[in-house]
Amino acid sequence: MLRQIEGSQAVAAAVAACRPEVICAYPISPQTHIVEALSATVKSGALAPCEFINVESEFAAMSVAIGASATGARAYTATASQGLLYMAEAVHNAAGLGLPIVMTIANRAIGAPINIWNDHSDSMVMRDAGWIQLYAEDNQEAADLHIQAFAVAERLSVPVMVCMDGFVLTHAFEEVDLPGQNDVDDFLPPYRPRQFLDPSDPVTIGAMVGPEAFTEVRYLAHVNQLRALDAIPAVALGFAESFGRATGGLVRPYRTDDAETVVVALGSVLGTLKDVVDELRDDGLRIGVLGITTYRPFPFDAVRAALTNARRVVVLERAFSAGTGGIVTADVRGAVAGAECVTVVAGLGGRPITRASLRRALVDAHGGRVESLTFLDLDLRLVERELARPR
Amino acid sequence: MPVEQIPYRQTGSLVAGNRLLAAELRAGQARPDRADALTCGHRACRGCGEALAARWVVDAALRATANRLIAVNATGCLEVFSTPYPESAWQLPWLHSLFGNAPAVATGVAAALRAQGRTDVRVLGQGGDGGTVDIGFGCLSGMFERNDDVLYVCYDNEAYMNTGVQRSGATPPAARTATTQAVGPEPGNVFGQGKNVPAVAMAHEIPYVATATVADLRDLEYKVTRAMDLRGARYLHVLVPCPLGWGSEAHDTIRLARLATQSGLFPVFEAEHGEVTAVTRIRHHVAVEEYLRRQSRYAHLFRPRERTDVIARIQAQADRNITRYGLLAESAPEEVS
Amino acid sequence: MDTPFAITLGSASSRTNRTGAWRVERPVYRDLFPPCAAACPAGENVREWLHLAQDGDYEAAWREIMSVNPFPAIMGRVCYRPCETACNRGQLDETVGINSVERFLGDEAIRAGWTVSAGEATGRRVLVVGAGPAGLAAAYHLRLLGHDVTIRDSGPEPGGMMRFGIPAYRLPRDVLDAEIRRIVELGVTLELNTRVGDVADIRDAEGFDAVFLAVGAQLSHRTYVPAGDSAHILDALSVLRRTAGGAPPLLGRRVAVYGGGNTAVDVARTARRLGAADALIVYRRTRDRMPAHESEVTEAEEEGVRLRWLSTIAQADEGRVTVERMRLDESGFPQPTGEFDELDADAVVLALGQDSDLGLVSHTPSVATAHGRIVVDGAFMTGLPGVFAGGDAISGDRTVTSAIGHGRRAAQAIDAWLRETAVEASAPVVEAAFEGLNPWYYTDAPRQHRSKLEAARRTSTFDEVVAGLDAATALFEARRCLSCGGCFECDNCYSVCPDNAVIKLGPGRRYEIDLEYCKGCGLCAAECPAGAIAMIPEQRLEPS
Ligand SMILES: Cc1cc2nc3c(=O)[nH]c(=O)nc-3n(C[C@H](O)[C@H](O)[C@H](O)COP(=O)(O)OP(=O)(O)OC[C@H]3O[C@@H](n4cnc5c(N)ncnc54)[C@H](O)[C@@H]3O)c2cc1C
Ligand SMILES: Cc1ncc(C[n+]2csc(CCOP(=O)(O)OP(=O)(O)O)c2C)c(N)n1
Ligand code: SF4
Ligand code: SF4
Ligand code: SF4
Ligand SMILES: [Mg+2]
Repeated sequence: MLRQIEGSQAVAAAVAACRPEVICAYPISPQTHIVEALSATVKSGALAPCEFINVESEFAAMSVAIGASATGARAYTATASQGLLYMAEAVHNAAGLGLPIVMTIANRAIGAPINIWNDHSDSMVMRDAGWIQLYAEDNQEAADLHIQAFAVAERLSVPVMVCMDGFVLTHAFEEVDLPGQNDVDDFLPPYRPRQFLDPSDPVTIGAMVGPEAFTEVRYLAHVNQLRALDAIPAVALGFAESFGRATGGLVRPYRTDDAETVVVALGSVLGTLKDVVDELRDDGLRIGVLGITTYRPFPFDAVRAALTNARRVVVLERAFSAGTGGIVTADVRGAVAGAECVTVVAGLGGRPITRASLRRALVDAHGGRVESLTFLDLDLRLVERELARPR
Repeated sequence: MPVEQIPYRQTGSLVAGNRLLAAELRAGQARPDRADALTCGHRACRGCGEALAARWVVDAALRATANRLIAVNATGCLEVFSTPYPESAWQLPWLHSLFGNAPAVATGVAAALRAQGRTDVRVLGQGGDGGTVDIGFGCLSGMFERNDDVLYVCYDNEAYMNTGVQRSGATPPAARTATTQAVGPEPGNVFGQGKNVPAVAMAHEIPYVATATVADLRDLEYKVTRAMDLRGARYLHVLVPCPLGWGSEAHDTIRLARLATQSGLFPVFEAEHGEVTAVTRIRHHVAVEEYLRRQSRYAHLFRPRERTDVIARIQAQADRNITRYGLLAESAPEEVS
Repeated sequence: MDTPFAITLGSASSRTNRTGAWRVERPVYRDLFPPCAAACPAGENVREWLHLAQDGDYEAAWREIMSVNPFPAIMGRVCYRPCETACNRGQLDETVGINSVERFLGDEAIRAGWTVSAGEATGRRVLVVGAGPAGLAAAYHLRLLGHDVTIRDSGPEPGGMMRFGIPAYRLPRDVLDAEIRRIVELGVTLELNTRVGDVADIRDAEGFDAVFLAVGAQLSHRTYVPAGDSAHILDALSVLRRTAGGAPPLLGRRVAVYGGGNTAVDVARTARRLGAADALIVYRRTRDRMPAHESEVTEAEEEGVRLRWLSTIAQADEGRVTVERMRLDESGFPQPTGEFDELDADAVVLALGQDSDLGLVSHTPSVATAHGRIVVDGAFMTGLPGVFAGGDAISGDRTVTSAIGHGRRAAQAIDAWLRETAVEASAPVVEAAFEGLNPWYYTDAPRQHRSKLEAARRTSTFDEVVAGLDAATALFEARRCLSCGGCFECDNCYSVCPDNAVIKLGPGRRYEIDLEYCKGCGLCAAECPAGAIAMIPEQRLEPS
């Protein structure tokens, strides 16, 4: 059903269609609209049997999800930014326990300075938490990814974060084809965990593991993550067959086949990028785009395949590691051999990424004229004034 | 525990299984078929009060629920000594997530059970004093406030034992811990404001709040059973002496809990919906000194010179409890006679 | 993948961790000797029979007593109760009323007609001289052991001092008769009115394999009291004997009794019952030094008996005695003061102790005597092989209880001697001291006192003064026992072990320590109310 709908509402509808049994959340912009909508749905009884728990913190939200998931319930929560950091310990824990929780991250910057606008600093912090991370390009994909996320999570016993750009997607009205309940039911069977907390078959979950087996536990987690590299495309394929849409998957190459320069990016910026690339193609520049949908596990092979012919790779980063540089770049470098790889940091804390700026940067990059770490639209006056201040 | 009218007994219900009592009046722990939910081979220290209390609590809860029980455990001694991979001492479904989130995880379990329609299965949360009164306090309060159907049991050994006996919000004044050393002019823990979590729980007006100790295990068992009769958020705060952290003899664990109650330092009571409904009276009143002397965490109160000033302050706390809870009320019936 | 992660464990696997290896001390169940039993001259295992009585199995409890003492109903009345003096419960609130429970059991047995049976006949013949408690107890045990027993007594009825000394208001005759009858019915040949003149002669003439001398101390001790011709002076034993025989002497309205023992008290109380308006006990020392049992003195006072301390009778005349006041010197001995008082007294009864009539051994030099008593060895044998002695006739306490103890132990010695074996030496016992108990667990339980006949009736009849307990109170009293040093299956050890290392074996079968898991914390021992668990150092092999 096609609808002109706010991204948050679309995601809420998609999550509801997945028939979660326990939803818990703590408010933080720009995630609020999603859980507000879900709370209304649960309260109305439309989602029964489902429990919506208003918790006292994000830490509690993830903890409730952990308890619920370990008890064999399909559990969902959503957060952003500070909230994600506040639940950090539990985020790692959920992955360590192998609980197939699905969480939406309405990507937002991290303070200080406090900033409610969009970038990827929050979810990037959690890239090593043991979760699968999927990044939505648009609201259709954001909605679809949640359905696929539950399927992948439950198949592998690994939690999944669906990251969607705060405000840019969550608050944007777009046309979305909302998945029908019957189709979702066909696609996503009820959650039937192999093991859960059950008095008829008592298990101990969350034992203390010492040096004698900790490495093995981590190794197994790794193996499990690698399985996701097969599972995610398989689920996406299945989804496409059921719903007639190709969303999700590992990577999404756009005009990369003969591209000398490929721009790698995650999330909603891909739309603008494609437009810019189309323009530059018209200008004769052999430029392509590689969208990364699955950032964790990192699809090295898929990225490598998409970049084999590129001479230059530009990683457009929505977050960065102060003192070090691009975060995604580090992963991409691991996937390409010969190509030069530069980082363009853009759109931090909600700064708009304009076509013009992008175009300029890509042209420069294509011409080999950008430094290995560049900040798009950096206000040099402001920076220099600060730097000049006596300390 | 309510007064039981048991004629002719030498020990009444003070012992676990007085053979002169009808079988149903004996403790569940006296039964040969008790669950032993925390089974042997666990690695608690010799004479660990927490291990002892936990078996009583979990077994009682299992009995009250016909074994339809799930336990959620905070990080701490109880978790560490019971589940070092690949050994688990637990005979029931048991989940450990983190140090500070056990009440919330328990909420999640309860929510899942409700959604699944498995309301016959009940939830027990448990943790140490650190996991409860300090780091898990927010989650605990949230669980209370929402009145989630969880019995949460705090095993209070008055410090962070698992990490090597550091001070917690439940560490009593003057006690020596690794972070409140017995040095300087005011050795040991400070005289703070105290953190009376049972009272905080009562302020949430949840259906049931009670305190207990390993000195009166039948009372502990009764309170778990009573709590399991009720739905909603319930809180049980159990004093569990720790030989390692308190510097006491392993065989003194129960005696110390007894002295804590008989001195008035640890009031034992029950409350429903925010009102105290029952108080266990002191049977043999003792001075706090008798309690303090048996623990090396208080050694600096007696050597090199006796700190009568500090002891008097501790005594004053005990006396305040006695007045506040009526622990010595004369007209009160003796608890078990 | 069968399980999602390595961190999901099945249950119960911690049992692979044998924490018993941590132990430096191990708990051991033990059975200490309770002070009550240690103090009982008859050798009763008090705790054991109280334990049985607690369960309401009165017959089993009675049989446990009977394995040692054939006179529960009598002991429940006349024993001076050293067990109660020793009872640990006295340090908690009040001692256990052991004696009243014993009486209840004894009476219950008489009421129900419980009997015992003799052992398989051995064909050996034993002569018992004297049918007092020592002789009867010996006869009883010898019959249980299967020996043929003949008792000879010079008196007209059996019982010795139990019949002719102890008055009926303390020991009703039907009770006495019932318990003696039970012994006789075991097949004892009882020959009354038969004085044994010479032991050696009779033994040889009649071919007894062994002889037990239990002739008691039947002679009143004589002291010279200056007296006028018409002074009415009697000795206590004859007053009591004649009263018991139904022909009490005429004592008059005012009677002075000279002496401070139980006999003096009994004779004064008897005098009140025989019509004396004024019965006065004259004693050299002070009340606290009186050998008479405190409770009896109190009872006598309740009955109107007067006591006069620190006094000796200096002169007796018709209707009057002169007493000299005494004072105690530094060592507690009474010394004359030279001050005299005159008192009215129609009769003076001397109650200054008893001596044994040892005529029956006076012709047998090998049987040594000392201080008027027969000398025996540790096995109660006199210098003449095969001839044993006990009770008041040998040295030791002169009580029914100790006579019964002698009778039993002598019977065992005789049996061993007849079988030419040695009496099994009993292992040294460790007494269960109060300090070894954990009294916290005992609930407050006030002692149940036996009611007494009102004083008015006590001065006119020989009805029994002290009533027995009814079943409910006797049961309560039995259940006041702390079970010192012996497990009473309270399940504390089983339930306080943090390591589930105490195995419960089931009712009556007690417990066992699971040494695979016991860490040796000692909580079981510390929280055992009865002190029935000891912690002993673990013996480990030192690495070589
Ligand atoms: C007044 C009084 C009150 C007492 N009250 C108590 C009391 O309350 N509690 C208590 O424990 N003790 C009491 N006693 C002491 C107790 O009675 C004696 O210690 C006990 O009876 C001694 O027992 P026995 O068998 O050794 O001797 P006895 O009871 O004296 O019996 C000896 C028997 O031997 C017989 N006999 C003696 N010589 C011969 C012979 N040559 N041939 C044949 N038969 C012979 C006698 O006739 C007698 O029947 C009391 C004593 C008296 C006098
Ligand atoms: C977030 C976090 N902080 C600190 C710790 C370290 N830690 C583990 S157990 C523990 C102490 C537990 O104390 P308490 O809850 O009182 O239980 P006890 O061990 O005394 O029974 C601490 C500080 C942790 N595991 N997690
Ligand atoms: S440190 Fe204390 S609480 Fe922890 S296992 Fe040892 S005795 Fe028990
Ligand atoms: S309490 Fe019982 S076992 Fe202990 S001394 Fe008294 S009667 Fe004997
Ligand atoms: S604790 Fe109780 S059950 Fe255990 S040995 Fe002592 S008396 Fe017997
Ligand atoms: Mg603690």
